[in-house]
Parts: sequence; C-alpha cells; structure tokens
Amino acid sequence: MAAPEASSAAVPTLMTNNTLRNAFGGVLSFFILLLIGVLAFSIRLFSVIKYESVIHEFDPYFNYRVTQFLTKNGIYEFWNWFDDRTWYPLGRVIGGTVYPGLTLTAGTIWWLLNSLNIPLSVETVCVFTAPIFSAFASWATYLLTKEVKGAGAGLTAAVLLAMVPSYISRSVAGSYDNEAVAIFALIFTFYLYIKTLNTGSLFYATLNSIAYFYMVCSWGGYTFIINLIPMHVLLCIVTGRYSSRLYIAYAPLVVLGTLLAALVPVVGFNAVMTSEHFASFLVFIIIHVVALVYYIKGILSPKMFKVAVTLVISAGLAVCCAVIAVLIALVASSPTKGWSGRSLSLLDPTYASKYIPIIASVSEHQPPTWPSYFMDINVLAFLVPAGIIACFLPLSDASSFVVLYIATSVYFSGVMVRLMLVLAPAACITSGIALSQAFDVFTRSIKFQLPGLSSNTEVDAGETSSATKEAQNDAVKTEKAEETSKDRPSRKSKKKEREHVEKPSTKTKAEKKRLLALPLEASVISLLLLVFLGAFYVVHCVWAAAEAYSAPSIVLTSHSHDGLHVFDDFREAYAWLRHNTDVDDKVASWWDYGYQTTAMANRTVIVDNNTWNNTHIATVGTAMSSPEKAAWEIFHSLDVKYILVVFGGLVGYPSDDINKFLWMVRIGGGVFPHIKEPDYLRDGQYRIDSQATPTMLNCLMYKLSYYRFVETDGKGFDRVRRTEIGKKYFKLTHFEEVFTTHHWMVRIYKLKPQKNRIRGKTKKSKSKTSSTSSSKRSERGLFRHGNVFGGKEAQNQFCISSILGLVPCATTGPPKRQI
Amino acid sequence: MEGPIRAREALALTLFSLLFFLSRSSALHDLLISNAERRIDLSSHIVKVYLTLKVENAGSSPASEVVLAFPPSQVDHLATVEALATKGKRKKTTFVRLEVKPTELPDAPNDTKYFTIYLANPLNSAESITLEVLYMLTHSLEPFPAEIGQSESQLVYYRDSALVLSPYHIKQQTTFIKTPSTKVDSFTRVEPTNRAGTEIKYGPYEDHTPYSFSAILVHFENNSPFAVVEELVREVEISHWGNLQVTEQYKLVHAGARHKGVFSRVDYQSKPSFNGVSSFRYLLARLPPRVHSVYYRDEIGNISSSHLRTDSRKSELEIEPRYPLFGGWKATFVIGYGLPLQDFLFESSEDRRYVNFTFGCPLMETVVDKLTIKVVLPEGSKDPSAVVPFPVDQHLETKYSYLDVVGRTVVVLEKKNVVPGHNSHFQAVLFCPN
Repeated sequence: MAAPEASSAAVPTLMTNNTLRNAFGGVLSFFILLLIGVLAFSIRLFSVIKYESVIHEFDPYFNYRVTQFLTKNGIYEFWNWFDDRTWYPLGRVIGGTVYPGLTLTAGTIWWLLNSLNIPLSVETVCVFTAPIFSAFASWATYLLTKEVKGAGAGLTAAVLLAMVPSYISRSVAGSYDNEAVAIFALIFTFYLYIKTLNTGSLFYATLNSIAYFYMVCSWGGYTFIINLIPMHVLLCIVTGRYSSRLYIAYAPLVVLGTLLAALVPVVGFNAVMTSEHFASFLVFIIIHVVALVYYIKGILSPKMFKVAVTLVISAGLAVCCAVIAVLIALVASSPTKGWSGRSLSLLDPTYASKYIPIIASVSEHQPPTWPSYFMDINVLAFLVPAGIIACFLPLSDASSFVVLYIATSVYFSGVMVRLMLVLAPAACITSGIALSQAFDVFTRSIKFQLPGLSSNTEVDAGETSSATKEAQNDAVKTEKAEETSKDRPSRKSKKKEREHVEKPSTKTKAEKKRLLALPLEASVISLLLLVFLGAFYVVHCVWAAAEAYSAPSIVLTSHSHDGLHVFDDFREAYAWLRHNTDVDDKVASWWDYGYQTTAMANRTVIVDNNTWNNTHIATVGTAMSSPEKAAWEIFHSLDVKYILVVFGGLVGYPSDDINKFLWMVRIGGGVFPHIKEPDYLRDGQYRIDSQATPTMLNCLMYKLSYYRFVETDGKGFDRVRRTEIGKKYFKLTHFEEVFTTHHWMVRIYKLKPQKNRIRGKTKKSKSKTSSTSSSKRSERGLFRHGNVFGGKEAQNQFCISSILGLVPCATTGPPKRQI
Repeated sequence: MEGPIRAREALALTLFSLLFFLSRSSALHDLLISNAERRIDLSSHIVKVYLTLKVENAGSSPASEVVLAFPPSQVDHLATVEALATKGKRKKTTFVRLEVKPTELPDAPNDTKYFTIYLANPLNSAESITLEVLYMLTHSLEPFPAEIGQSESQLVYYRDSALVLSPYHIKQQTTFIKTPSTKVDSFTRVEPTNRAGTEIKYGPYEDHTPYSFSAILVHFENNSPFAVVEELVREVEISHWGNLQVTEQYKLVHAGARHKGVFSRVDYQSKPSFNGVSSFRYLLARLPPRVHSVYYRDEIGNISSSHLRTDSRKSELEIEPRYPLFGGWKATFVIGYGLPLQDFLFESSEDRRYVNFTFGCPLMETVVDKLTIKVVLPEGSKDPSAVVPFPVDQHLETKYSYLDVVGRTVVVLEKKNVVPGHNSHFQAVLFCPN
C-alpha cells in the first residue's frame, strides 16, 4: 500500500537530470517493493503448508478467543467484556486489560472481508494477520531507511527485514500475537518521526501521533518508543542540533500521543503516572526551555543574552531542584518505584530472577545466548557495525536516530531474549545501509576503472541507488540461480552502458564527486563475497522459517523410520474436555495451559497466561506441590472439578509439568511459606528417581503424572528425565483418572466427591498396598511404538521446539506471554 | 379345532359389525394372513425387521391395500418402512417395490399406528400375494444397566411382541430374533420358544385374532458401536467451475450405556479385548468415487487420524475421532470434500438441469437424529425444487458466498430419524428454462 506513494515520492528526491531514468527507477523500485511484500508474506506460510492453518502456541489462543468475541458481539460488548471463564472465581475484565490493537485490526479485516461477501472464518483471518503485517513492516522499513540513507538502502533493508528470522519467529502464519502488528507500528512510527524531522511538517507530526496511538493499542513495547524518541531529541539538543523541525517532530508527539495513549483502557492514566513515561515529559520541558533559549537568543544581543543566561540559570536551578526533589519523593514512595516489574528487569537484568519468580520462570524472559543472536539475526550481526559507521558518514539527525536505536535495542535484547524482536528491525536498517553503501562503493569503482566507461564516469545518486536495487533484486533470487550472480557485475555494467548510450547525460559533475576508487579485482571479489553473504543469509532465513519457527507447538511431529508421526494429544484432551464435561466445570492446570483451555476446551480455568494475580497462581502451585489430601482441599475450595497435567515421560516431550514443577514450588513457596524448595531437592538436585525426597514423591504433581505409569513398560522409565521413577506403585485416594490422551501427554483427573461421614467412625486409614503386578510382564513391549522419540531425528525435532520456547532444561519453564 | 372355529366366528362377527359401521375399512378385514414370518435382526443398534406376509383375500371384493400395524412405542422410532411384492416362484422370483404411506384408521385400539401398502394390482378374491416388508427401528435398544464401567460389556433390552401386530387374522406366524452374540441374559418365553446359538425362535403360533399382542423382553449383549449423529448438516455447494463441494458437520454421540467412573488409558491400550468393548474408535464413511480435497477437522483444527481409500467405484474414508467414544461421550467434526460436477449434473428431457445426489449420512451403520441437507445452487438460480423419494421438510434460504451480489438460493431439506436405508438419491433442479 505504501509502495506506490514511496516510489512516486522517491522520484523528486533523487534530484537528477534525467526524469525518464528516474521514472524507470521508480517503477522498478515499486515492483521490487511488491516482490518484497510477496516474499515477506510467503516465507511465513511454511507453518500452514507443513502443518495446517491453525493458531499457534499460547497467547495467540487468547487473542483468537478475544477476536471471536469481538466479531460475534461487537465493539461495545468487547470493551465491557468481563470474562468469567478465567481466573475463577475472580474473573478478568478483558476490555480493560488487553492491548486491543491486534484484535481490532483482525476484527476489522474480518468485517471488511465479510461485508464484501468473502466468507473467511475468523480463524483464517487471525492466522494470516501476521504475514500480512510483515509485508507492511518491510514496506515501512523501506520508507524509514529511505529517509535515512536513500532508496537503495531502503530496498536493501526492506529485503533483509522481510526475512529476518527473529521477526519470522513471531510472525509466522498462525502466530497471532501482539508483536505481529506491533513491529509494523513501531517501524512506521519511527518512519513518521524521521519524516517529520526531515521535513518539519506538522502533517507528518500528526500522523506520527496516530501511528504512536496504534502502537500503544498494539503492544506494551510502546514504552520503547516513548523513551527512545526523547533520548534522540536530547541527543540532538546536546549535540547542538536543535531546530524547529526537531521541535515539531517532538512536541506534538508528546502532547497528542499521550492524550491518545490515555484513551487506551489498558494504559489509561499510566500514560502520565508511571515512570516509563517520565523521560518524555522531562525532555518535553527541556525542549521548551531550549526553544525559549533559542528564541531569546534571536531577540537579544549577545551581551544581553549572557546576562539573561546567568540570571535564568541561577533562578531556574533552584526551581528545578525543588521539582526534581518532589518527583523523586513521589516516585520513591511507591513500592516498585513507579516501574512495573518487567520494565525494572529491563534496567536491572537480575531484578526478575531475584524478586519475581513468575517473570523469571518464562523462558523468553531469560537473557539470550550468543548462538541465539546468530540464529535470529544471522549475518546482520556482522553488518551492523559497518552500518553504524556508514551512519556517521555523514551524521544527520536521521542517521543519529538509527545509531541510537541500534544501540539501545542491542542493550535490551541482551536483557531479555524476546526483545531480540526490537533489535531485528534496527539490525536490518543498519545492515541495509551498510550493504547499500558497500555496493555503492564497489560498483562505482568498477565503473570508474572499466575501459569504455571511464570516459563517462558520471555517477549520481539515482544511478547508484538503482544499481543497488538491481543487486538486491538479484540477491533475492540468488538461492535459485547462483551461477547468475557471477556475471552480475559485468551484466550490470553492460546494462549501465546501454543506459548511458541511450541517455547520454549532458552534465558532467563526476569530478565533483569524491570517488573512492578501489582496484578492479578487489571490487569484483568484494562484490561477489557480499553476494555470497546475502545468499547465505537467504538460505539461513528460509531454513529458519521452514524448520525452526514453523511448528505450531500444539501439534508435534516426529519423523521415525516408518514415516511421520503426529502427536496431537493437546487437542485430543481439549476436545475431550469440551464435549464431555459440563459447561460450567472448572479445570485447574498450571498457568501455561490456561489460555488454550479456555479457547479450545471452552472451560473455566483457575489461572492463565495473563499471570496478573501472583497469589492465585501460587495457590495452584501450592496445590500441585502438596500431598494429595491437602491438594484436594485446596482444589475443592476453588470449586475445581478437573485437573489437567501435561506429562511427557512416555514419549519424551521435554516441556512437561514435571520439568516446570520447580517453578510451581518456588512460586507457591513465595506466597505460602510452608512449601520449601529444599524439601523437593536431594542435595540441591532435582530428581524423580528412587533418590528423590519423600516430599517430592508424595506431592500431587508427581502422583498425577506417574499414576499407573509403571504398567506401560513394567519399569516406569521416564524418557525425558532418562531414569526410572522413584515410586512406582501407588493409588490415588482423592482423585480419579478420567482421561489420558493417546501418548499420555495430557492426563485429566477428576476430584472425587466428598465422602459421606459415618457417625462414630473416623476415616479408615487405607494401607497403601502396591497393586499386584500379575499382568505386568505380559504388557511389556506393548508401548514400544511410544519410543518414537528415541531416534536422532526425533531429538532434533525437540531441539527445534526448545528454541521455540519449549526449553528442555528444568530451570526454564513455560513460553511466551505478553509484555 | 374348536378354538379356530370360534375365532373365525368372532372374526366374522367383527367383520360384520365393522362393515356395518365403516364402509372405508371394509376391505381391511376381508384379508387374512395365512403365514407371517418375522426376522428381527438385533446385531447392530439399528433394529432391522424383515417381515414376510402371505396375504389372502378371503372377501368377495378385490382389495388394493394392505395395512400394517405398529404399536405407538415403535412408531416413534420407526425410521423406514419398505414393502416389496414377490412374483413368481422359487428362482424366478422378482420383486416389485410398493408404495407405503402412513395412514390413520379411526378405530385404532391402544393408539395403534398404521401404514398402508398400496398393491400394484388389486388382489382378487381368493387370491394370495407374498409381501416382503422391511422396517427399521432406531433407539429401540435400551441399555441396562444404564451405566457401565470401562471393562464391562454392554447389555441392552429389546421390547417387542411375540406376535405380529396386525389388523388381520394371522393363521400361522413365527418370529426369529437374531442377537449379535450367544450371550443372552434372559428372554421372555412364550411357548413354543427355542433358543439356538444366536437365534431365538418364537412360534410357530397358530390362529391369532387381530391385534393380538404378547410382550416379550430380550436382555442380551450388544457391543456394536452405538454411533448416533445427533445433528448432521450437509451442505452441497454447486459451482459453475465444475466442482461440487460437500461440507458435512457432525455432532456424534455414543448412545449406548453411559460410561461410568475412570477411563484408564493403560487398560484401554494393553487389554483391548476386555476393555472398552462397547466403545468405538473408527467410523467408516463411504463417499462417492473421484472424491478430492478431503478434509476432516473440528473447531480447533485438523484431525490427523483418518485414512482415505479410493477406487473407481467408491471412496472410503476411515475417520477416527480425537478420542475413543465411550457411552455418552460426544464429539463434533466436519468432513469436507470436492467432487467433479459432471458426475452429478444431469439434463432431463425437458431441458431441465438437475443434480442427483445421495440423501442420508455417508457414515456406515449410523443413525442420524436430525439431518439437514442444504443444496447451494449457483447464484441466480430461480425456482429450484427437490425430488426426494420419501417425505421431507423443504424450504428455501439465501446464502452469500464469495463476492455474491444477490445471493445463492439454497434448497434446504430436513428429515428426522435417518438410517442408512435412506441413502438413496434425490434430485434438485437448479435450472429450468421457464
């Protein structure tokens, strides 16, 4: 959508002497942008082709459910929606606690399509929202980078962004999460900011506020914008780059943007009351002071100005000190110092693991490892420094913004692995600039040195940009035809030659241009190397999109010798709950499965992935870590009828509840001190074999996971922990098994009803006899088919899923949640 | 010898009085059934009854109708009644399908309901004809005990009469009841009664007056899948691009004895012969040949457990619900497939185009409580109609599909209590040139 405007806008800025050639360039870049959009969309369809058109993972199920509600009941019902299906008995005000941007976007698309009589289901629209917005995001990247370093860099950056794995991981078809639209909103807001900064137009400033509003609607990450832009403004002021354009770019954004942000129910007064927004107001004051200073400086003579400065500074300092003191006192009086826990953990990476186990328990809130950088941004990691250097040649307002953006996002990505997503666009922009500049230099030197062209060394911005476009266009296709890349320079030069013959330029301003003439061989080799680098990037991205990030995580597959094996146990369990339990029954599970249970099984849950109430989660954690009777009492007091546990021991699914169990103990123990983590550990080690502590072997989670597990193979060998379980034969007294899925991955238990009280009789103490093992031997081997995860390929499968967030080690737990 | 004579006298008396009062039912009692043989097949949850009647015209005037009687408890569960007239003897027997219609008779004792068979040629005095009647009953096996555990097998009651209910005098009759296994807990004895293997034989009984009834109760084991589709919506969308898209939405339930207590996967997987015998995992859907783009999913996504086998005459889709269905468990799913339109689109002599498609549920041995067929015709079809060989409710709807302006006409056919016997073709006219 943005492409035609972009290409047409590109034409006048090129300042060339040849309109025809620029029209050609404009059309070319339009089609390239179109292809980039198609690329961004189609590379994200692997999940649909390899698996099915289905919503992925955890949070998307909640968003999907909200969208269903929106399309069914309309916008007003949506704002007032009090959801009684979750956080039983508290409920949740969905309209006031959800970032509505994604939901409203998908709802609008759905409504638009249906009013045109295109009967797509809500699910289909939700599945494809993310790929569509990825295409938009790459176009926004083009616009942003074009503002910074010209159209060539813009196209390069757009191509890079269209397939950067970090972004793909959150925007494959089916990954219906806030990030899907938020990244587009983020880049587009930055583009409009730079555009305003470059033009000083109030029109763009207003658009900027609206884009910022959309970003606030979409994602909690909007605080990144509202801190980054003030930082940049401050940087400009400090480096003496203050201008009226800067003022127009900033002041309306703060005023309008804050007003608009306060309209979003989930933000509301937070837009003026939390510390995350204070930086913007501080800079707002500073920019006004500076503007006043510049204004006075214009009026007064230099001598008078000096007097005024000393006067104002002495008076102003006193006032400032007083105001700051009041502010600090106000902020310090609140327990978290006005910062929300997740934002605090951004500033202090150790904060969460120290104080908030519920944040630390989420695997994507861990700091990333080096391999994950290579996995997620690949060669861009090496191009970024070059891009930063290119931004300094010469440094403009816009390029300083890019430098600041990359610097801050690198820091944030180092704190939390999910913020790699914010780094990805910055990395793409800087790498795009780097690649474009490199191509620029190399092609120019080749042209300069080639005989026949040296006489006509006319180089201008338009031509180089079209040359890099050409190169990028080829780079997209490199994976298909790498042999063509070898003769690219010559072909390109031929093409240029032809252009030159056709359109001989009249002006010769070549001598004015500073030519960085490199030796011909070096240029050609460097060009080839760059193309290979690009090809490597493309191959890696396609691999990542196809293999690493396409799994929907609710259905697992494994390749064994007898073909593809599908593990659809989650949906089996949810479908069972949906159809065979009463509609008002409450289902308790660890919070990871809350969203899926409400969306797929349509049953009330106690806790879910929103995690807004730590005590409630701790209650469930405590129940899971308690012995059977105590757990029954807790669950009974919560009206729970069914307990759902995820158990991977039979097939080797590593992110099951036993592996997450320590977090239940920690979170439970954080609120109920009688749950102590050391009781579950033997010499600091977490184990479930015969060396495990009695507390561990008697807790509800152990019992529900391993109930009658020993009867499958006679030994009770757990394929995830790779050990025989400690306690093999036991009976459940307060729970009964009502459903276990085909591969035992989900087990559902029902609370037994309270026993009738018989007068004068205390409860008979039941002797725990181990069940007879008469028929055990004959059953051995029956579950041999369950060993499909034994093979190498199967291991790979789960390595991939561990990258996705199904982290196999015991310390890290459940996957994503919203920021 | 005295008994029959007295009975005949009584019959004559009744006849006389009836003749006197009701001229319409005069033909009714001119007839008598010289031999009735009934075979009740209880091997699945659909009760199939084959009734062979040898009807004799004892009156003086030719009779063109034969009336069948059903007790009211059976009529509610009666899915289909078909009648064939046999002609010729032994190997040269040919069958002629006869029209059967429900009728009301004013003097019905105990709310007996009637179906009239219209004979092709009137039966003249003293002539006889052999009729083959087939009727099917659904929901007629009552599980007892009503709730069973995972390892128990399912026992059901079947209630009927040892004597064929008929408005005619029956000279001789026998009833055979076929049970699915030899495990029969109990059965009512109406001498002479014999049981051999899987068959219980009631009779032969001689000379019973009209409306004789002798209640019997058979309690036996029946572990066949009690697959009942509570609601089935089949949407047949006709596209001008040469495709016929069928979407079928099922609400499936296991209508047998309710499952009670635990479901243990380890027992179910390790001892399949003892555990969950009354449950079922697979269903077989028989689809037309040349089927393509088959999908099988539910509201939360694709269900991966299905197999499609195709050959030139038919396609078989073996589907497995997400979980095995025990008594009382439910599941919903959607089956969709495309078919080449030329296999189903025909042109009649009057230049009318019509679509010939199967009524009924493609799942084998399944009862459908409520079936809705929606034939979505191409946009712009006018005055469509449907021809169905049995009575159904019909009405028209409008549906808006891809980029429609005026909407597509939908012929909606609704029928309750559908059994596989209804899988005959129906025709929907989609184009007729005025």
